Amino acid sequence: MTTPDMRERIDGFPTHRIGPYRVRAGRPFPYGATPVPGGVNFSVYSDGATTMSLVLFERGAAQPSAELEFPPEFCIGSVYAMTVFGLDLENLEYGFRADGPFDPARGDRFDAGKVLSDPYARLISGREVWGTEPDWDNIYHYRSQVVNDDFDWGGDQPLRIPAEDLVIYETHVRGFTRHPSSRVSAPGTYAGLREKIPYLRDLGVNCVELLPVFEFDELDNPRTDPVSGERLYNYWGYNTVSFFAPKAGYAATGPFGMQADEFKTLVKELHKAGIEVVLDVVFNHTAEGNEQGPTISFRGLDNATYYMLTPRGEYYNFSGTGNTVNCNHPVVRDFVLSCLRHWVAEYHIDGFRFDLAAILDRAPDGTPLPNPPLLEQLAHDPILRHTKLIAEAWDAAGLYQVGNFPNYGRWSEWNGKYRDTVRRFVKGEPGLVGELATRMAGSPDLYQGRTSSASVNFITAHDGFTLADLVSYNDKHNEANGENNNDGADDNNSWNCGEEGPSASSHVRELRLRQMKNLLTILLTSQGIPMILAGDEVGRTQLGNNNTYCQDNELSWFDWGLVDANAELLGFVRSMIAFRHAHPVLRTSDHPTGTDRVGSGYPDVSWHGVRAWAPDWADHCRVLAMMRCGRHAKSGSVADDHVYVAVNAHWEAHDLELPALPEGQRWHLFADTGTTVHPVGAEPGLQHPWRYHLGAHSAVVLVGRTADRDDHQTQKENHRGF
Amino acid sequence: MTVKVSSQVLAGVTVVALEGEINSTTSGGLQSQLLPFIGHGSTVLIDLTGISYVSSAGLRTLLIVHRHAQQLDAEITLVGLSEEVSFVMSATGFLDFFRIADDLDTELERTGR
Repeated sequence: MTTPDMRERIDGFPTHRIGPYRVRAGRPFPYGATPVPGGVNFSVYSDGATTMSLVLFERGAAQPSAELEFPPEFCIGSVYAMTVFGLDLENLEYGFRADGPFDPARGDRFDAGKVLSDPYARLISGREVWGTEPDWDNIYHYRSQVVNDDFDWGGDQPLRIPAEDLVIYETHVRGFTRHPSSRVSAPGTYAGLREKIPYLRDLGVNCVELLPVFEFDELDNPRTDPVSGERLYNYWGYNTVSFFAPKAGYAATGPFGMQADEFKTLVKELHKAGIEVVLDVVFNHTAEGNEQGPTISFRGLDNATYYMLTPRGEYYNFSGTGNTVNCNHPVVRDFVLSCLRHWVAEYHIDGFRFDLAAILDRAPDGTPLPNPPLLEQLAHDPILRHTKLIAEAWDAAGLYQVGNFPNYGRWSEWNGKYRDTVRRFVKGEPGLVGELATRMAGSPDLYQGRTSSASVNFITAHDGFTLADLVSYNDKHNEANGENNNDGADDNNSWNCGEEGPSASSHVRELRLRQMKNLLTILLTSQGIPMILAGDEVGRTQLGNNNTYCQDNELSWFDWGLVDANAELLGFVRSMIAFRHAHPVLRTSDHPTGTDRVGSGYPDVSWHGVRAWAPDWADHCRVLAMMRCGRHAKSGSVADDHVYVAVNAHWEAHDLELPALPEGQRWHLFADTGTTVHPVGAEPGLQHPWRYHLGAHSAVVLVGRTADRDDHQTQKENHRGF
Repeated sequence: MTVKVSSQVLAGVTVVALEGEINSTTSGGLQSQLLPFIGHGSTVLIDLTGISYVSSAGLRTLLIVHRHAQQLDAEITLVGLSEEVSFVMSATGFLDFFRIADDLDTELERTGR
């Protein structure tokens, strides 16, 4: 039997002619530019435009090669759609020109003098090589391009790792391999990151969270370094130019227009290594800024639809960056949803972290909504059904929703309270033992009725001190950012361990190393999803700069020389991650209750102090120990050992009384931040069955299990137990 | 603009040598020139030594030819990739789909055995 060749269709032929171009009425869906048989379908909407033209450029040309006005009969509703035949996709750049009223008080800011980027552009040219100065007189900077979404994924799909089993690693595509020490073939690119997958595997993380990869302009920062006089960048990229396009300047093949293939290849290879990909997405504002900002796309298409405007037509600024996206407007909701679906369906992205997500629940006039339609829609969307949704549950205008971000049983949150509590406890502040216990148990006070993966636990993130700086600086040192040290957070809860900045004192250096280990020990034994900032595992410093958004240099880049220089810390982090993966009791989805629900004779979690079973919640106390009973692991569905974690934030050592284990079991030493860490599964038994001497500013992790035959030998090597 | 295509049979293997740039202008013509070389169960070596640049459309054309070959149980091997072509194909994942040979003589020896 033969089948007819369906490639030829009757709508594969033009019906109209505009100048030399053969065209026909297009399809309104999907929006944007879509290759169709014989041509490209262009679809764009604008409520207020009086006329709309498609503007075509040859790649890189200063002036358009043609402008095709949409005939009235090509318009359905407020959607302009046209198929243009015979275009060379590879050498084509396109945009739109919309004419309409300029009446800011009523919200209209049409400007027929501008060529507008397609909000749905799948690819953007104009900034293909990072940091290259463009021709600033160019009439069209961020040029939309057509792409064939035909990537061959093989059998790949998003991994669907249970959220509670994740260990997230937050990193920056460029910063991860831009440093010369990375020794990759294309430093600072998606391809470069791909070459470092073996490092990520060895580290043990199973999710990378990438700082923004939607096309942005690293050159939109007007500031210079006051000392060196060098240009400052928008290095982090929280200023989206185009929401459907991967950043070309992050692709080694960007100059060839193959950034989509390169990024997809990275995702595919990460998935092969068992590593999920979460994107940091910025829907709260755009790169168009306020009234003084450039008109790139949205402002010239439907300003009052896309942006929250005051009754006088000025931009609300809940984002702190000039404008605020009107997220709960029905049209914008549709835009955001389409965008996320695109990244999941087309790029196999596993999850999203939403920057300043509190803005996503504001109404068009800025009022927080109890039941914001956008968030509900994202939570229930079929394409996003298994996608991780993580909120940075605050904004720049004082809306702080950690613990009460509308979640629909789906949303997780960056737990800022976790960060603050752990930092303050470890630096030695009094009165925090009780709150630390709550945070280590998954913050049930904040997330009652939700799973513990509602809480993304972190000590450090891109925004703020690195881990090494957290223990080396009392104050931020942001002078290089060109704002007289006025930028960046002031409430860092940091402690320099006795000297500000680099120190030659071995005492200070040892204390700092121990403090970093203490913080990571708490992070990786707490219930909830741990997130590590890239480089913290090797003690990366930013010299006290806690806001390196503009620093595209060694201050921000991952220095791979630290892998050897700080091998001890790296080894510790690898072991702690391996320990977490090996012990499901630390990754239980339900919050612990402090009761025995499986008949093991032990509660799922119990708290201890210097005395077993007697936690000291008093203000002056700085010691807390947590025991998890392995019989309760994953709510009793799998078997695990007992795990005991004690943290001493006091400046004096303490002798801890250990809780007794079931008959036939004994405590084994996994890690002591002051001495050593042992391979998972080969922990030596403690000599003394119920005492442990824990040094000042130290943490210890013990495993309670049946005594091994070879314990006798290892006991002799274990000098710290007594 | 076209890609220059020349072919010869060496040790029972069809060797198709290409010369020029494979881009959106040339790739359509190249595809129709390459497909006739691919018969049921055939072995074809595509020699890219004379190719200075392969664009996104060019890589897609090569992959389409490869997919045709798979349907016919034919085997395509690429040989003579420049460092840049090889890097671009690697970064974009295209390299993973093809058999790549280091040089023509070694490959002919392998297939001739």
